[in-house]
Amino acid sequence: MTTNKVPSAITIGIARGGLELKQFMRQRESVVFTLAFPIMLLGIFGSVFTNELTDGVTFSQYFVAGMIASGLVNTGFQQLAIMIPVERDFGTLKRLRGTPMPASSYFIGKVIVVFITMLVQILLLLIAGVLFFGVNLPTDPYKWLTFTWLILFGSAASTALGIAFSVIPKSGRGASAVVSPVVIILQFFSGVFFVFTDLPGWMQQVAAIFPLKWMTQGMRSVFLPDSFAAREVAGTWETERTFLIILAWLIAGLFISIRTFKWDEQR
Amino acid sequence: MSSVIDVRGLEKSYGSNKAVAGIDLSIESGEIFALLGPNGAGKTVTVEILEGFRTRDAGKVSVLGTDPSIQGEAARQWRNRIGIVLQSTSDAGDLSVRETVAHFAKYYSSPREVEEVIGAVGLAEKSAELIRTLSGGQRRRLDVALGIIGSPELLFLDEPTTGFDPEARRAFWALIDDLRKTGTTILLTTHYLDEAEALADRVGVINKGKIIEVATPELLGGRANSLATVSWHGPNGLQSERTDNPTALIRKLTETYKDEIPELTVKRASLEDIYLEMIGGADDHK
Repeated sequence: MTTNKVPSAITIGIARGGLELKQFMRQRESVVFTLAFPIMLLGIFGSVFTNELTDGVTFSQYFVAGMIASGLVNTGFQQLAIMIPVERDFGTLKRLRGTPMPASSYFIGKVIVVFITMLVQILLLLIAGVLFFGVNLPTDPYKWLTFTWLILFGSAASTALGIAFSVIPKSGRGASAVVSPVVIILQFFSGVFFVFTDLPGWMQQVAAIFPLKWMTQGMRSVFLPDSFAAREVAGTWETERTFLIILAWLIAGLFISIRTFKWDEQR
Repeated sequence: MSSVIDVRGLEKSYGSNKAVAGIDLSIESGEIFALLGPNGAGKTVTVEILEGFRTRDAGKVSVLGTDPSIQGEAARQWRNRIGIVLQSTSDAGDLSVRETVAHFAKYYSSPREVEEVIGAVGLAEKSAELIRTLSGGQRRRLDVALGIIGSPELLFLDEPTTGFDPEARRAFWALIDDLRKTGTTILLTTHYLDEAEALADRVGVINKGKIIEVATPELLGGRANSLATVSWHGPNGLQSERTDNPTALIRKLTETYKDEIPELTVKRASLEDIYLEMIGGADDHK
């Protein structure tokens, strides 16, 4: 009877990605929160802080770099660390586990959702920034190269860490309360809302442990003129170190999520 | 032909609690087998071991010739041949019935027709509706649709009609009866006696982690040979007599009453009486 082969993990994973995107688009709150909220924040901060940090660098320009880095964390880490406990609570994960769908397909689906929502969020943010808040886009192709690998490795690390963190919330209902403060505090510490070097030293040191600070700094190297590097902590953009730290978090996230992922609460 | 499910000496403990304390079970191809027992008797643990959701401490388990604890590609091939309907899932309210069933069809090598399955579970009219608009009973039907979409050889049904009104339960039984005709082997857990009686070819009663008896619903607990209670309205009010030969008693009564015997009833032990006696009896050993 079963002469046909069970569909491959990739085929099922792509189908899952499509399904999850459809679900995402039908939840108006999540669409608004993920796609419109960053633009609203840019509007608020861009209107409040109208001064220039140095010649030709507006706060909006500084802030847009931080918001793009935050987007990597929101769409990956935050979205998954909240969504997966909800799916575990609802029994969705257990039901999936009872089918021939392999775990890898589930994660491929998540990666697709994260990547597409992340791209749309960043694109909308850039369009709004350029049209309404005088944000300048880089012209140097090398900067766009940096931008590309930051997005790829940053969202990969963010995704892996979101899956790893998803074992921590005890219930789906409480997940948002556990995850969101972590993200918001990290955003404050990492120089998303304020100029990083204006923050107290201990805050800077705490932030330097976590990847968001490095993603933010990396994005500044893309969106701010190179002369601004002198105002960073190290006096340079620290590009290599940024890459290595994000890579280390990616590997740690993958390792932890493979070791600890739970389909349901019992064994 | 070997059995679809074959279990020997299955054991599973949680701390000092022996949830499953040595179970032997054999279920044949095409059979509907009901596992009956009170809450905490070990039903769910046993079934979840057979479904590959839980590990076991001891014993041999074969489901469709495979050990359910396998992993990786072999597990996928095995899962391709079974269907699992779990207790209450409440997810994916933002998808329509058709979208959900069509998506699950993509997991299997030889899925059934999506529309045909939706029709079989009686959701044809709800096909385009979002899941969150469905009633509890309709959601349960969707659960079954997802369980059978892969054309499984073996279907696990865990307390499928909990929370149903009587009408919905009857309709659900008819659905299971249709599956029986397709030759699907079904392992059903339930704590409704009438459900086991209506659906199952054989019933296994489980209590305190052990199978107390396995029999057809008619023969369970020596039911067929149990005493019947004949009662009628005699000169001194309601009278009743327990007898192993009710026919003889009634023959005698017809001589006394000539015409109609007032308020005559003959009652045999219901499956529920037998079951409660078995569970109660097992309780006494504690």
